[in-house]
Amino acid sequence: MVDLGNERPQLPARARNQSPIVPRASIAGRALVAVVAIMTFLAAMTTGVVLLISASAAEWQSDVSSEITIQVRAAQNRDLDRDAATAADIARAQSGIVEVRVFSKEESAKLLEPWLGTGLSLDDLPVPRVIVARVTPGTPLDLAGLRGRLTAAVPSATVDDHRAWIERMRSMTGATVLAGLGVLALVIVATVISVSFATRGAMAANKPIVEVLHFVGASDRYIADRFFRHFLMLGLQGGLIGGGAAIFVFGFSESIATWFSGTPVGDQFAALLGTFSLRPTGYLTLVGVAVLIAAITALASRRTLFATLAAIE
Amino acid sequence: MVRFENVGLRYGLGPEILRDLNFAIPAHSFQFLTGPSGAGKTSLLRLLFLSLRPTRGLVNLFGNDVSLLGKDDVAALRQRIGIVLQDFRLLDHMTTYENVALPFRVTGREESSYRKEVIDLLKWVGLGERMDALPPVLSGGEKQRAAIARAVIGRPQLLLADEPTGNVDPTLGRRLLRLFVELNKTGTAVIIATHDINLMDQYEARRLVLHQGRLHIYE
Ligand SMILES: Nc1ncnc2c1ncn2[C@@H]1O[C@H](COP(=O)(O)OP(=O)(O)OP(=O)(O)O)[C@@H](O)[C@H]1O
Ligand SMILES: [Mg+2]
Repeated sequence: MVDLGNERPQLPARARNQSPIVPRASIAGRALVAVVAIMTFLAAMTTGVVLLISASAAEWQSDVSSEITIQVRAAQNRDLDRDAATAADIARAQSGIVEVRVFSKEESAKLLEPWLGTGLSLDDLPVPRVIVARVTPGTPLDLAGLRGRLTAAVPSATVDDHRAWIERMRSMTGATVLAGLGVLALVIVATVISVSFATRGAMAANKPIVEVLHFVGASDRYIADRFFRHFLMLGLQGGLIGGGAAIFVFGFSESIATWFSGTPVGDQFAALLGTFSLRPTGYLTLVGVAVLIAAITALASRRTLFATLAAIE
Repeated sequence: MVRFENVGLRYGLGPEILRDLNFAIPAHSFQFLTGPSGAGKTSLLRLLFLSLRPTRGLVNLFGNDVSLLGKDDVAALRQRIGIVLQDFRLLDHMTTYENVALPFRVTGREESSYRKEVIDLLKWVGLGERMDALPPVLSGGEKQRAAIARAVIGRPQLLLADEPTGNVDPTLGRRLLRLFVELNKTGTAVIIATHDINLMDQYEARRLVLHQGRLHIYE
């Protein structure tokens, strides 16, 4: 029990009944706030990163799946330009394809620049020609038919609808989300365990108070409520600190990404992670995670309170 | 109001501290519970207060078979019983006033509704000046009076007091005894555990004497 001794002012005659039944100082609050804050931060960071990754992945997928690429390679005794034009015509005739763009020799070369460098004479190289066809989203495309017609007219043409790549992407994003959920579950379990320990500790420290409350006829519900207030406050504090920190981190990295945009590093990041910004709903989700952890803190301590009270006569 | 039938009590695997108790405490009655130190007075009071369950036999309290009561029932019954324990059990972080008002506070009553009552009682037991002091700075006798005030403030139907005059001078002892007698006149059944012969001689009352685990009653 805490002896407030002389620190506590002697109360004037009117203001009475001011002391809380369970003294705040008797609960090891700071450690618990720190634990809850860290847990909330981890949970919110995990959630935020998962949201970012799945948003970017969805963006890539919709970009990529609305396109097919036709590659026409140079072959002996054939005119590459004519082959490319033929392939483009066949693609245009295909229903479901809305726009066909043939990359010219120079454009195709430009695509290869990162690998081959500039100033290379492309006439010496059998650079394949790339045709990009935009597909109406949502319509099924007769890919096999297109492929058949293309290879009949232009034997060196290949069609790529990026399906394998999309599948890989999809399973990778799925794995990331699963991993995120796993981390979240672990964080929740760890929170429940630490909160239960802290609650049990507080109850043990305040056992004499609980006994006296029992003596004067207080019900378990009444006693649990006195303790519960403290834990609710501690949980909310921890949630606020941890959630606030996570939101700050995301906001901060967003502004960093904005500062760097235009530089090569920034562009790499943008290519990889999209805009690296959470949507407003993303931030709301982070708030939701913080509230969730605070609620779990409250529930875990409440359950422990009743379990412990049942054991104290 | 209280009825014991063939009640026995032992702690753990130890010997039976109380054996074959058969007695009743009628409503409005007044009795001393006495016997040598270690005879089991405190244990018997704890049985009455439901903080111990008998190892055998039947305890009936306010018409309830004690063995059938759940925790919430116990809390409700305890609001009808006042107890003064040998070690007082005051809460050190609360003023004397708050300690005495606790039985009202835990039932959710407004502070303004009982303030006067509590202050009047505190003055009566001579703690008017010490109302805002914390228990750690009270003398043994002052603590005892605070504990008694807390036990009687709710006008319980049954008052259990364990050595309530152990720490006070004879004059104050008489005053406290008068408080119990007054309370008894307003309808409370009183059981005072004591080995203070002087105290018992001051008031003609039934005596329950514990000796070697058995209870002998002198009307
Ligand atoms: N919690 C306990 N566990 C084991 N034995 C106990 C416990 N409480 C009391 N006893 C034993 O029971 C016996 C009766 O104890 P009790 O406290 O009821 O006596 P008492 O009559 O109140 O004595 P005193 O006049 O000294 O207060 C004693 O022998 C004591 O050692
Ligand atoms: Mg005793």
